[in-house]
Amino acid sequence: MAGRLPALLKDAALTALVAAALGLFIVGFKTRDIGQGLFFDYQLVDLAIAVAVIFFGRLGLQFASMGLKWPSFALGTVLGAVGVSPIQMPSTFLHWFVVIAGVLIILRTIWPWANTAIATVRHSERGKAFGRRGAKWFGAVLLVAAVAMPFAPFADQKTMDLAVLILTYVMLGWGLNIVVGLAGLLDLGYVAFYAVGAYAYALLSTQYGLGFWAVLPLAGMFAASFGLLLGFPVLRLRGDYLAIVTMGFGEIIRLVLLNWVDLSNGPAGIGGIPGPTFFGAVFAETAPTGRQTFAEMMNIPFSSNQRLIYLYYIILLLALITNFFTQRIRRLPVGRAWEALREDETACKALGINPTNTKLTAFAVGAMFAGFAGSFFAAKQRFISPESFSFIESAIILSIVVLGGMGSQIGVVLAAVLLIGLPEWFRDLGAYRMIVFGLAMVLIMAFRPRGLIAHREPSVRLHPVRAGP
Amino acid sequence: MLEVRGIATFYGAIQALHGVDLDVAKGEIVTLIGANGAGKSTLLMTVCGSPRARSGSIRLEGEDITQLPTHEIVRRGVAQVPEGRRIFPRMTVFENLQMGATLGDPAHFPQDIERVFAMFPRLAERREQRGGTLSGGEQQMLAIGRALMSRPRLLLLDEPSLGLAPLIVRQIFEAIGRIAREEGVTIFLVEQNAFHALRLADRGYVLVNGRVRLAGTGRELLANQEVRAAYLEGGHG
Repeated sequence: MAGRLPALLKDAALTALVAAALGLFIVGFKTRDIGQGLFFDYQLVDLAIAVAVIFFGRLGLQFASMGLKWPSFALGTVLGAVGVSPIQMPSTFLHWFVVIAGVLIILRTIWPWANTAIATVRHSERGKAFGRRGAKWFGAVLLVAAVAMPFAPFADQKTMDLAVLILTYVMLGWGLNIVVGLAGLLDLGYVAFYAVGAYAYALLSTQYGLGFWAVLPLAGMFAASFGLLLGFPVLRLRGDYLAIVTMGFGEIIRLVLLNWVDLSNGPAGIGGIPGPTFFGAVFAETAPTGRQTFAEMMNIPFSSNQRLIYLYYIILLLALITNFFTQRIRRLPVGRAWEALREDETACKALGINPTNTKLTAFAVGAMFAGFAGSFFAAKQRFISPESFSFIESAIILSIVVLGGMGSQIGVVLAAVLLIGLPEWFRDLGAYRMIVFGLAMVLIMAFRPRGLIAHREPSVRLHPVRAGP
Repeated sequence: MLEVRGIATFYGAIQALHGVDLDVAKGEIVTLIGANGAGKSTLLMTVCGSPRARSGSIRLEGEDITQLPTHEIVRRGVAQVPEGRRIFPRMTVFENLQMGATLGDPAHFPQDIERVFAMFPRLAERREQRGGTLSGGEQQMLAIGRALMSRPRLLLLDEPSLGLAPLIVRQIFEAIGRIAREEGVTIFLVEQNAFHALRLADRGYVLVNGRVRLAGTGRELLANQEVRAAYLEGGHG
């Protein structure tokens, strides 16, 4: 090791140099407009710390890849300790940066060992059985936690808001999972159906005074018919081509909403959308004439949290319906046909499956759930505009499905928590939070290229799995 | 049962079949042999409606099926074991067989799957295993079993011996013979392995460059000088 040390140091120094050159302009200084022209804010300490972390980080990674466990472990620990120590640094983000670098090095060090250990356990019969039971229990525990969540002591308004947001994406992820995960049709314009559902509720409620529960099925039907509409022209397309056309479809819907001012009020959006009611009771401090508030109905004091908790349960219910539906339909002929279609279209035809109908139902059913989620979104936000339905939304939903492991239901939940929760929790990091987001995605793709939960459980088992072969 | 008259099929501007006539009677095993690129698979696929014939007619028990889409033809009792097996790799053996029963009466399912398992006990052993992890021979058994799940009247097989070890090839051909004799399924078999195919078949056709060159009983063709020279001696068989 001693002999190679100079080379390693040189390599690390070179990496740090590149980082310094790049970082000088990105991190090193910032322009600031103070009214009399632009001024520079120098952040050279930030830059120096970043470069130092990169130097030691590179050194640590090199140690780890050479199998020198202890030096790299020590480096990682030191970095982590420096990160959490109260040493004065210009921003909390730098603390985070140093900690993350330390943790990553430690992870890299123990990765090969952990990997073999996990693989050994997983392939043992007991491990397999435990995994299966574990998955079932994990789902059940998660469900109980989700139901109990609004009454937890930490469930303040911010947390509940975030929970509602995450659940919305869980539902969208489950809906898109039908199209992408089961039927294998890469849809990059899923947000279009979300928008259709949202505008359906916004327009029907503000123009015709229909309530949330009346519009919900209508919004689903509207979105499903748009799914059919999109489905017809793209039936012959696959893979990349399909992705591009669906992406175009998503943009078309957004542009129509933006420009058809008579219908959608254009970029100004639609406001004053009523929230969902509870058996006719509204969630507000004072009810409009002829209505009563939820607080009056239940004879409890009013709290602004009640509305949020109600919204939470609605989206939880909608998401669970989506999940339940998907689990059931996978066992029915049409669900099996979706999966078979993903595997091999030619073989499907040879078995008498009509690929046209099968694809169209997948599009329509997936779109229907996006429509439900969309009208929920409109009812929650009370204001919608085309801005909320840009391409990045489709990309995020698709990322949730892909990172979760295509076709895995619990994977979607994990990925939604990660992709939606992480950027919100790290909001304090300001502009850097997208770096953490990107880092998380890169790490998942590097270590779990087929998604968090890549394993596909057979939809049918004939008998309980035996303990031995 | 199957009546093919003057079929011409094109791939773009290239004509693959030049007016092929062919008959398969009920309960028969008919084989179509020929060299690579002679149009064997094209003929089988044309019977299935993909690609469609540009001229000529295909009749199934008197009904013209020439212009029907594949899934409609399958619905009329024609099952296909496609070239390269094309099982669903990420689905289990059981799920693959379930897919085969898509068109069938759900009430028949338990009985049909037992029949397939009785014919191929290997599949029963591996019913929970993913299709993609089976060996080539097992995948072929699965493809045949899957096709049988729809209770077809006519079974089309495209090169079931492709890429299989000789011992397995023999097992597969035995199974095909049993399907015809015991189950009463009419079989149209496309093969490069002329020796096995002709020995099994009641009648055979030899396809050369998109035209039927010879026709006769399996025994006649096996004895035919031209067939021997072209397909039996020199590596095949």
